[in-house]
Amino acid sequence: MNFWNRIANVDRRVLYLLLALSVALPLITKPRTTVPVSEAVKGVYDAVEALPAGSVVMISIDYDPSSAPEVQPMLIALLRHSFRRNLRVVVMGHLALGLPLADIALNQVAPEMDKEYGRDYVNLGYRPGSTALMVGIGREFRDYFQTDYRGVPIDSFEFMRRVHNYRDVGLLVSLAHGTVADYWIQYAGGRFNVPIIVGCTGVSAPSMYPYLRAGQIKGILGGLLGAAAYEQLIEHRGSASLGMPAQSWGHGLIIALLIIGNVGFLLSRRKGKK
Amino acid sequence: MILNIIGTWVAATLTLAILSFLYKDNPLYRAAEHIYVGISAGYAVIYAWSFDVYPMLVERFNTNMTAHNNVEAWILLVPALLGVLMLTRSNLTLPALAALSVLMLVFHSFSWVLVVLAVMCVAVFIPTLIDPKIDWISRWPIAFTVGIGSGLALTASFQGYLLPQVSDTLRPLVNANNIVVFVGVIATLFYFYFSKEHKGALGTVSRVGIVFIMVAFGASFGYTVMARISLLIGRFYFLLHDWLPIIR
Repeated sequence: MNFWNRIANVDRRVLYLLLALSVALPLITKPRTTVPVSEAVKGVYDAVEALPAGSVVMISIDYDPSSAPEVQPMLIALLRHSFRRNLRVVVMGHLALGLPLADIALNQVAPEMDKEYGRDYVNLGYRPGSTALMVGIGREFRDYFQTDYRGVPIDSFEFMRRVHNYRDVGLLVSLAHGTVADYWIQYAGGRFNVPIIVGCTGVSAPSMYPYLRAGQIKGILGGLLGAAAYEQLIEHRGSASLGMPAQSWGHGLIIALLIIGNVGFLLSRRKGKK
Repeated sequence: MILNIIGTWVAATLTLAILSFLYKDNPLYRAAEHIYVGISAGYAVIYAWSFDVYPMLVERFNTNMTAHNNVEAWILLVPALLGVLMLTRSNLTLPALAALSVLMLVFHSFSWVLVVLAVMCVAVFIPTLIDPKIDWISRWPIAFTVGIGSGLALTASFQGYLLPQVSDTLRPLVNANNIVVFVGVIATLFYFYFSKEHKGALGTVSRVGIVFIMVAFGASFGYTVMARISLLIGRFYFLLHDWLPIIR
């Protein structure tokens, strides 16, 4: 059996082990990397920077733990940036399983930035209704959210008294792992012209670019790479930046395996013809 | 604190159990799989109760009754009835009634609206015993839902998708990006034009369309690989950071 045949018949578990090592080693050794900042990520940063202090940023948590490794670093970085700019944050969501993730991020970032629940941020929680809710809160938030997720009336929070519909929201952020971001753009953006930025998984990122080009959204954070670039812009490196070397090593391994596999296949085929 | 530690150990054990499938199928993996399925099913019931039925029906009904808004309270039974009718399709009225009773007991949530809901379940269940074919009635609430969804989607698709995207495509051909977009859109549209055989000029243009489609698939697949590696990084980060204090 020659070299290429041996490569072609390698146990798939060896490949799993190589991939595990290529991901684990950079996480342990923590080499410092710089990631390129795309226009899409810069758009997100600029949209937050452009808001005057006291503006309301509404973050819709439309992902659950299955996508948390990619999207949670975006939420943490966005909260950090918004709080630093003294923006008021309203969190809500279309997935009930996303709520604990929002809570984890808020409980981590708010004390660091000396922010207080009710004064600087509010978690409205989950409501069913999806697109009907998106259209409905364009009229009045209170039709759907009379209370926050703890059951406290939203009018008991001073800054929420002036928040009635999208006109009172400076920026809408959809952190999504499925089609919910499309719905926000089409239902809330299309009808009410609310400025939107999207943070999404790598799988959904390519489908967001047409919206960006058409000016329907201000920016995109696509996958872990987008989160790492944003962390770089706000000058606070988090778990996304830590994951970037592992991402590069993992990609490098996959590319190498693809090349080896294809070269081996071509050589074996040529030999077979002879 | 102790609960956090227990939670982390349980999560780490289940993660390793699931990853063990990569070596080969084993009882540990199957146990983790069954735990996942069981918890998901249980969670779905609590989810429906805690996030849908209780706040949207029970709590709202009680609030309106306390405020003497009787009409606004009882009108909530209309969507509730539509929901119960939908259950006839899979003959789920009795399990729903049982689940409702258990949830009422577990959460000590008595409300007249729940009693009426239970009566509705029984009232819908009896005719299905006599004639199981009566499940056609479940199409009414489905039609209602589809109607609302279509109405909402129609305007949103035009206002929020089709018109902005078409108008963005019609850009002056003054730079390479705009030319690429223009050629890509036209060629791809021609590829999906099936009323004429793809020969001659049409064949050439549609082949260009295939190239654009393949590039789009490649970009999408590349992002998907990136996303899957990110998920793996997330799990390893959890294992090495939260479980074993290797990364600090």
